[in-house]
Amino acid sequence: MANIIEVKNLTKKFKHFTAVDDITFEVAKGEIFAFLGPNGAGKTTTIKMLTTLLNPSSGDLKIDGHSSINDQDGARHSFGIVFQDPSLDDELTAYENMYFHSVLYKIPKSERKSRIEHMLKFVELWDRKKELVKRFSGGMKRRLEIARGLLHHPKVMFLDEPTLGLDPQTTNHIWTYIKDLNKKEGITVFFTTHYMAEAEKVADKIAIIDHGKIVIIGTVEELKTKTKTNSLEEAFLALTGKKLRDEEVSSEQIMRQRRGVWHR
Amino acid sequence: MSTIYILWLRQIKRYLRSKSRLVGSLAQPLLFLVALGFGFGPVYQQAGEGSYVQFLVPGIISMTILFTAMFSGIEIIWDRQFGFLKETMVAPVSRLNIMIGRTLGGATVAIMQGLIVLILASLFGFHPVSWSMLPLAILAMLLIALFFTGLGTAIASLLQDMQGFQLIMNFLIMPIFFLSGALFPLKSLPLVLNTIIKFNPLAYGVDALRDSLINQSYFGLSLDFTVMAISAMIILGIGTYLFNKIQI
Repeated sequence: MANIIEVKNLTKKFKHFTAVDDITFEVAKGEIFAFLGPNGAGKTTTIKMLTTLLNPSSGDLKIDGHSSINDQDGARHSFGIVFQDPSLDDELTAYENMYFHSVLYKIPKSERKSRIEHMLKFVELWDRKKELVKRFSGGMKRRLEIARGLLHHPKVMFLDEPTLGLDPQTTNHIWTYIKDLNKKEGITVFFTTHYMAEAEKVADKIAIIDHGKIVIIGTVEELKTKTKTNSLEEAFLALTGKKLRDEEVSSEQIMRQRRGVWHR
Repeated sequence: MSTIYILWLRQIKRYLRSKSRLVGSLAQPLLFLVALGFGFGPVYQQAGEGSYVQFLVPGIISMTILFTAMFSGIEIIWDRQFGFLKETMVAPVSRLNIMIGRTLGGATVAIMQGLIVLILASLFGFHPVSWSMLPLAILAMLLIALFFTGLGTAIASLLQDMQGFQLIMNFLIMPIFFLSGALFPLKSLPLVLNTIIKFNPLAYGVDALRDSLINQSYFGLSLDFTVMAISAMIILGIGTYLFNKIQI
């Protein structure tokens, strides 16, 4: 089987609008696949459906042959994910967060310790394994999430804006890990980003989504040729227009702002 | 099994680590105990009802468990807002197991709080009729805790954020507490009040606790446990159903 992700006629309708509108695409095994689009284009909604957090209104999706609708546990075993927002437990230590994950993913007891050690060393957090996550910086949290996402040896890694708000050093570090993993272990990487240069540099294939529809899929070269532009950024703007997008603020973001007030 | 255990363990660790929460959630019951217990004590005594502190302590323990359990359930909203819920939701674990682990964790924490209040109360002069009834008292605590963790979970599954929390506090938790007989005896109450209280599951929990600790009962122990067990089962069923339907 050459395709590890298969999406067919996927649609998600919310009350007022259609977030994802009848999209179809495949991702080949071992590919680094960038999923790009302006704010509110439907990227995160698509990732949520692929990762079984949201049920689609219609359509079909498969990860490594497991349907994300009917065989959720099969699909869940096959992927790891780093969310756009942190999803660690701040009150637990780095090691405990990893351990929690290893139990949830049913990693055999005999392998847990060595795998956690290996992954924490890999992201250079082994020395700080006993510290509470709430004392970690944004970059460290992101590294820990990547380590956690990889702990159960997934076949596909979803990264939703993995480098948002990180400094170039950390970004570089993270991509070096990921590309290395992709090469050595053959892990398929599916990521979203707003940094076009980043996508241009690392992605084998790029899909651009806008208003819930896929505008184009191809390699960077193909995209540039089709739009007669010189860079991915120009191609992106040519395809999606220069109009600014409004995105609805979710209650989650409102809460985060409020919590900031309370906690400082 | 191990997933239930790890989810349970997480609740316990979080509880033991947040000292401020531990102390804060004990301050209120102690205040109630001291202010009401000693404040109304003389009047109660003159009415020929015996010691008010003795009467009050099971009510205060129930209150502690009510609040702690309810908060444990509602913590799902926090986990949702701060992302951790997603980590459990994308894991290959059935939501039923997640729900069981969380509920047991929340219930354990609530019982621990209840036991701490019991110990502190005995420093203030409370003495159970017989400590040998303690296992029965703990069973009553467990049922109260399970019911309210389930209720908290059910409500939290329906809410997107903490906006509605004040509403729940004022229109649900407070009435459940005040209209449960935790603070006053149920006999010779006005009919309306009496009828309302009969529909409040906490009233049976308080009664069971009172029966096992100071051997005073209004409904009778078997009715208490039957009502508590059935309502806990129903609410946990509803909680599981709603939790299953959460989409992020």
